Amino acid sequence: MRDVAVIGVGLTKFGELWDKSFRHLITEAGSKAIFDSGIGGLEIDAMYVGSMSSGRFIGQEHIGALVADASGFSHLNIPSTRVEGACASGGLAVREGYLSIASGLNDIVVVGGIEKMNDVGGNAATETLATALDQEWEAFFGATFPGVYAMIANRHMYEYGTTRENLAQVAIKNHANGALNPFAQYQREIKMEHVLNAATVAYPLGLFDCSPVTDGAAALVLCSLEKAKKFTEKPVKIIASGQASDSLALHERRDICTLDSTVIAAKKAYKQANITHKDIDLAEVHDCFTIAEICAIEDLGFVKKGEGGKAVEENITTLNGSLPVNTSGGLKSKGHPVGATGVAQIVDIVKQLRGEADKRQVKDAEIGLAHNVGGSGATCTVHILEAI
Amino acid sequence: MGSGGVARFWREIPQRYNLIGNICGSCNKTFFPPKEACPYCRRKSMGKMQDIKFSGKGEIITYTIIHSASENFQKQVPYIMAIIKLNEGPKITAQIVDCDIEKIKIGMKVDSTFRKIQEDGYTGAIYYGYKFRPCNVLVTNNEKEKCETK
Repeated sequence: MRDVAVIGVGLTKFGELWDKSFRHLITEAGSKAIFDSGIGGLEIDAMYVGSMSSGRFIGQEHIGALVADASGFSHLNIPSTRVEGACASGGLAVREGYLSIASGLNDIVVVGGIEKMNDVGGNAATETLATALDQEWEAFFGATFPGVYAMIANRHMYEYGTTRENLAQVAIKNHANGALNPFAQYQREIKMEHVLNAATVAYPLGLFDCSPVTDGAAALVLCSLEKAKKFTEKPVKIIASGQASDSLALHERRDICTLDSTVIAAKKAYKQANITHKDIDLAEVHDCFTIAEICAIEDLGFVKKGEGGKAVEENITTLNGSLPVNTSGGLKSKGHPVGATGVAQIVDIVKQLRGEADKRQVKDAEIGLAHNVGGSGATCTVHILEAI
Repeated sequence: MGSGGVARFWREIPQRYNLIGNICGSCNKTFFPPKEACPYCRRKSMGKMQDIKFSGKGEIITYTIIHSASENFQKQVPYIMAIIKLNEGPKITAQIVDCDIEKIKIGMKVDSTFRKIQEDGYTGAIYYGYKFRPCNVLVTNNEKEKCETK
């Protein structure tokens, strides 16, 4: 296996982008990443694009080729592949790009992630997100995507005494970070009363416990480490890539409150990087709902099972805490264009490790982790990156 | 119901109407919906998977109250969704009915009941299947007793 580095990153503004099309978003992110990397474009060996449901959101499949075409690469006939794993589509695309370089097949790969979610109405978006669940044995009976995470939250509160306020604190922290991120969908702070008084979506989760419907795209240029120095002064090495699966339906899991896919993907990643969770300086975790961040910090091994709520209460995960989590604002405040999320997390980690995170910069950050989840935990990717 | 329509529903009638799952003849683990092979015994279970009809009795292990639903369920909000552990072992996601949303709690004993689940619009097919209700709403004492004992 060869070493792989990120040599360029690109991100669009996240939000309700009525004036931007699918093609516009992905080419904007892609060209930013290519300009950032210092490559010309002709060197690209392959492209991978993560997108959950372009077919339902914009009525267009076959977007691997579409993205290459829109980016002006159709005449170069660069192989381009779409990767799908619900909300983990982006993380999976990163992993495919990583593997294709690590294997020795490719030298330079562009990885994109995108979702254009606002061209359909709120109902259609909700129904499309529910396809990340088990359609026949969960959604058919009336379960919604927030509803499934709400059932995790309720059990977590019952078993471990996690409080409604603990959930709210995740949203408050992530909005505080998002307020400092010019790419975030919501750049403003919120207070406890906003979260607690918001309309209930699925008890115990309210509107402010849920990540929004977002348009946005993100892109990376990956390169074999040996060639990376030719293009950039600041390559960031991918020191591990872990992936795991679990049952599609929440009810089939070993434990309702544990995402075993996260536990296993993280174990694989720590082993590959030859580090422990204690070596991680900051993490971007998949907070599609507030409870998801609490489960994530437990399942990634940062705190013991059941102590995630307490960790949030003790401000361990704030920007100035001992383990800053979601300094970008997370899915909650930065926004969650599902296919783009896993790629955007890596963009943010790379910016931190290069020391380019501006007001959100974590001091002396050397090792960062990105955690991307599909559905209620049926797919998970964990990537670990290191400044070199 | 999103997609799949009538044929997809028709294939699943044994499960939706009668809670038919299966049991591994090698390790006696039970599954709902039925599995082609036992994930634990694998090769040893081939040819030994047998259909079983579950009693429909079980316990709520977690729940939520849905306030924001997809289109086919909007008329029902707020409604309770729960994960129920059936007495025979498998866990199942379903609606809880005949229960005051103030009174729902984890650990509640429930029994399955046959109800309308959703319909494909005003003129489309109507889909039926299982929902669950608390044991204490059952009418006769005999029924209640049966429901609450494992």
